[in-house]
Amino acid sequence: MSFLAFQGSVELGIIYAIMALGVFISFRTLNMPDLTVDGSFVLGAAVSATLCSGGHPLVGLALAFAAGCLAGSVTALLHTKLNIQPLLSGILVMLGLYSINLRVMDGRANIPLLNKATVFSLLQGTPLENSAALLIPTIILLSMLVLLFLFLKTQFGFVLRATGDNDQMVRALGVNTDRVILIGLALSNGLVALSGSLIAQYQSFADISMGIGMVIIGLASVIIGEVIFGTTPLLRRLVAVILGAMLYRLVIALALELGMAPTDLKLISALIVTLALSMPSIKAYLIFWKKKHSSPYNRKEAGPDADN
Amino acid sequence: MLIIESLSKTFNPGSINEKLALDNITLSLQPGEFLSIIGGNGAGKSTLLNCISGVYPIDQGRIILDSKDISYRPEYQRSRYIGRVFQDPMLGTAFDMSIEENLAIAYARGKTRGLKPGIRKSEAKLFREHLARLELGLEDRMKQKVGLLSGGQRQALTLLMATIVEPRLLLLDEHTAALDPAIAQRVLQLTREIVSRYHLTTIMVTHNMKAALEYGNRTIMMHDGRIILDLQGAEREEMTVEKLVQLFGLKSGAELDNDRLLLI
Repeated sequence: MSFLAFQGSVELGIIYAIMALGVFISFRTLNMPDLTVDGSFVLGAAVSATLCSGGHPLVGLALAFAAGCLAGSVTALLHTKLNIQPLLSGILVMLGLYSINLRVMDGRANIPLLNKATVFSLLQGTPLENSAALLIPTIILLSMLVLLFLFLKTQFGFVLRATGDNDQMVRALGVNTDRVILIGLALSNGLVALSGSLIAQYQSFADISMGIGMVIIGLASVIIGEVIFGTTPLLRRLVAVILGAMLYRLVIALALELGMAPTDLKLISALIVTLALSMPSIKAYLIFWKKKHSSPYNRKEAGPDADN
Repeated sequence: MLIIESLSKTFNPGSINEKLALDNITLSLQPGEFLSIIGGNGAGKSTLLNCISGVYPIDQGRIILDSKDISYRPEYQRSRYIGRVFQDPMLGTAFDMSIEENLAIAYARGKTRGLKPGIRKSEAKLFREHLARLELGLEDRMKQKVGLLSGGQRQALTLLMATIVEPRLLLLDEHTAALDPAIAQRVLQLTREIVSRYHLTTIMVTHNMKAALEYGNRTIMMHDGRIILDLQGAEREEMTVEKLVQLFGLKSGAELDNDRLLLI
């Protein structure tokens, strides 16, 4: 892999890692795979692109985060107040967001940001100009990591983590779990939208279809990271998720390098996540198969009726 | 303290599975009273606890706790005053969090949970003292995940979590039924210790008749959603398991043929 391609995927990996932290909140701490992500990622990009065109790119990032929080809150309310299954709540909001995103983007499917001010162009003319693409996402990612870690160590953070484990217990200890889920999904989608808004400014465009499969990429990052880098203690787990996101980007870059068609990427993502999620079952099958065939009665030479 | 007035609850009303689980229950508890409830499967014991704690909405009647009508308060609001231990040891704790983190969540019961640190040093010290009193060695494993504990250890921890902030009412729903006899005995002992230390008003559902008579100071028997026997004072002192079985047949008109009721 060329150094340029490597550098590019590291930069992308850092930005996507912010999204992966968001997915971590819904998928792991709330134990709720949240499909809102596909929509809220684009929402972030749309809001930020619009504000880069007429406004300030930093305000774009902040408003993208807020818009993501709003989207997550809607999903949470559908689930907790109207008792719609979590997966379906996410799908409904994702679908609705498609139209909303188009409205935010003023009816256009694509907003180019060439020659527009972005957070990256803010450093132009300073000595840091050349490393802006690495520096700015890193600063944002690290501050999100620290804030999220500290948040999960607060009284409310404890309750958020416990809700995914055992919501009945949390209610039995006097906590309104509906509110916990609301705040959890809001923060989760806030981070996702922040990541989307940075991507838009990084690649200088926002596109209505840029969120397709984003939740799967997020899940892949979480799972890959946890499997390779471990889950305890909490800080290690969060760092693992970040490294998982970066590793995922590197794998994709490598696959492209090896001549894979970019259009096949979604299929590869789906396969990676399927494999990761099915690991425990595959392991169990293998152990079962081994046991079955190690039984002396099941061997061919055991007797005339050992034909199975 | 706790007053239950004409409480009724029907599951699946209007369907073929309709079941009258609680039939016009009236019951009141004095402060510090420790009530044990016995009865066969489907008698309504657990349903009664779940109606008091707000898991199930009630159809009719009223539940008054400390002169406040809590009949229509959501479960989480009632939980500020009511401590609970469930039958399933999995249900009382968060398995992926450490012992001290679980205790910290319990210790904030009734307070606003904000952005203050989850556990302070002074709190960790307090948790350690409480855990030491359980005599299960958990005080040296505070950073370990609860998922690593046995069922009995979890129930003891859940009992501690339910009482670490003194509840106005403690509800124990067959909390030793899923444990092996030795540890069940230990958890019952702990229950007695904690209840008497804080003079907690307590309701304990059990399928063990002996434990029902041995623990607490009042026993009721339920059948088909009704209270068919209310024992206290001298009458309860003289009661034996054999007499209780006879009384059950007399009062319910049914044979006591339930496997789940332990007679020993």
